Amino acid sequence: MMTELLQTLQNLLGPAWVPVWTAVKIVAIVVPIMLSVAYLTLAERWVIGWVQVRIGPNRVGPLGLLQPLADGVKLLLKEIVIPTGANKFLFVLAPVLTLLPALVAWAVIPFSPEIVLANVDAGLLFILAVTSVGVYGIILAGWASNSKYAFLGALRSAAQIVSYEIAMGFALVTVLMAAGSLNLGDIVKGQQGAGALSWYWIPLFPMFIVYFLSGVAETNRAPFDMAEGESEIVAGFHVEYSGMAFALFFLAEYANMILIAFLTALMFLGGWLSPVPFLPDSFLWLLAKAGFFLFVFLWFRATFPRYRYDQLMRLGWKVFIPVSLIWVVVVGLWMQTPLWLW
Amino acid sequence: MGKIQSFFKTYLLIELVKGLALTGRYMFARKITVQFPEEKTPQSFRFRGLHAQRRYANGEERCIACKLCEAVCPSLAINIEVAQREDGTRRTTRYDIDLVKCIYCGFCEESCPVDAIVETRNFEYHGESRSDLFYTKSMLLAVGDRCEEQIARDRAADAKYR
Amino acid sequence: MNLETLVFYLFGAITLLAGLRVITARNPVHAAMFLVLAFCSSAGIWLLLEAEFLAVTLILVYVGAVMVLFLFVVMMLDINLDQLREGFWRWFPFGAALALIMVAEMVWVLGSRTTADTVGAVQHAANYSNTKELGRLLYTDYVYPFELAAVLLLVAMVAAIALTLRRRIGVKSQDIAKQVQVKKADRLRIITDESERKTDAQSGS
Repeated sequence: MMTELLQTLQNLLGPAWVPVWTAVKIVAIVVPIMLSVAYLTLAERWVIGWVQVRIGPNRVGPLGLLQPLADGVKLLLKEIVIPTGANKFLFVLAPVLTLLPALVAWAVIPFSPEIVLANVDAGLLFILAVTSVGVYGIILAGWASNSKYAFLGALRSAAQIVSYEIAMGFALVTVLMAAGSLNLGDIVKGQQGAGALSWYWIPLFPMFIVYFLSGVAETNRAPFDMAEGESEIVAGFHVEYSGMAFALFFLAEYANMILIAFLTALMFLGGWLSPVPFLPDSFLWLLAKAGFFLFVFLWFRATFPRYRYDQLMRLGWKVFIPVSLIWVVVVGLWMQTPLWLW
Repeated sequence: MGKIQSFFKTYLLIELVKGLALTGRYMFARKITVQFPEEKTPQSFRFRGLHAQRRYANGEERCIACKLCEAVCPSLAINIEVAQREDGTRRTTRYDIDLVKCIYCGFCEESCPVDAIVETRNFEYHGESRSDLFYTKSMLLAVGDRCEEQIARDRAADAKYR
Repeated sequence: MNLETLVFYLFGAITLLAGLRVITARNPVHAAMFLVLAFCSSAGIWLLLEAEFLAVTLILVYVGAVMVLFLFVVMMLDINLDQLREGFWRWFPFGAALALIMVAEMVWVLGSRTTADTVGAVQHAANYSNTKELGRLLYTDYVYPFELAAVLLLVAMVAAIALTLRRRIGVKSQDIAKQVQVKKADRLRIITDESERKTDAQSGS
């Protein structure tokens, strides 16, 4: 039935079929992401509320479920103030440049063995490359705002993201060593076997931690949210932004969080694979795993105080990078022995 | 020994996990939020909220325009003008409180020799502009008329501590 | 003209324009951003040549890291453009000569390419992995040059650090490792004050 319908549509559109079908697929990925971003903000307020012995938003709609919509409408109706002396073009471009990579990276994320927008061989590299572009939005926002707080925030964020990308990259190197492929679908397939025991989180446990923590740092989330640092540089790079331009930064931050959560689930926790052999593999497993990591993101924010900047840099350069370098060698040696079971 | 111990303590993130466990526990703790418009926290009878001017039981206003409250007001929020009424008593022709200036210290209430100016328990009043929060004599008297019962009860409760 | 050629010319034009703007833009930050654009569009051209790995690496390394640090520096510098432009005409003949040599070299290389047999990109099967092939070549046939390049980079890095590292006396610095290791017992000592105990005793009696 479904295939017949698609076939008739394909005949109807002719050569325009490919772009139209691709656009449909893109919308099918982006719209749920945007929705999850909206509800992630609500979840964040709930989780932080619960930790602080409050009950969180519960006024707008049943259980406060319409809160994200209310927030969205509020931000849409607000004025976008462009400061005097700001570089107008770059000021407006910056939020777009932040959001764009956060969404583009989803192109290579597999949701199940068959469902992936672009099944690229170098998927992992693609994600690394695309997410590394996201820092431009932040730098440009800080520079174009013509404000010292924004500029300081941008410098901090740039240095932080570049530093943690290295540790992140090494963590990914161990994953692709173990899987023997850069394709995310193949990486998940490489973890098939004895349920949760054959996932990469066991042999690559330190890298699993390093990757996730670097991911928290990459997305500028607490306790690595020096780029915002409300108590010292007001709000960092987006101090001068208001309304929808400000909202775009937030969308990007949360979209990146979801991306990191999905990637961690795919690479270390076996993606859609079931943790126990008697249950079937399903997309729902991936959702559950990613959801868990998102919860951990929020949990971190509710628990840890912000790092001092020099301590943050030390953690990145003097702890994470050496640890990941050592583990690359360890995994390399381990794989040569018969003890490597993965 | 100490070094090795601290090495493992650091790299196994033990202290971080402890912190997470603590916040994790509180996540399931009973919430203490008071859902404001429906629920309210208990109030003291000494609560200092919106001001009111009181009257005697016979309907005569209490204020004798001694201006003590105006003098004691630390934020200069009270403004009084005086004139003699036809019956020869000293009365205010004007008694304004600028609630934007007021810091709710309660000095006016304390200084008043006839308990004319008082602060009620009402903290939910509002205004859409600054001028809405400029209370004149008639407004204050109206507040007093509205809450006289509550005001009298609070004063009676407080009397034995004075 | 098929679609691929069209896309190639599009990317080529963007690369050239962006390159031109890099040297003509008055604002150094704008120039750096145009350089980023040039990198991105050349990555696109490499993608057309089925060199996905190189394209992605170009973005990852140059756009994601090198240019970020570049921007970092450019933004913090207070560059006086007039001063920079002062020597323009004096150095122009030198620059022009260099440019001419480069053009001549490229014409030579490309000219010899057309006379040779290999014209255009080599077509590959669908399951051909450029990444795998590159890795195989790098770690077999070219392993010595590869290792040499790595050592060279390491030497450059060590040299740069050695050149810029100054040991200054009297600098107040913090040892974070030590700060992090601090325990409650290292900082806090609970004592009972002698005089306080006395006053307590007096008031009690």
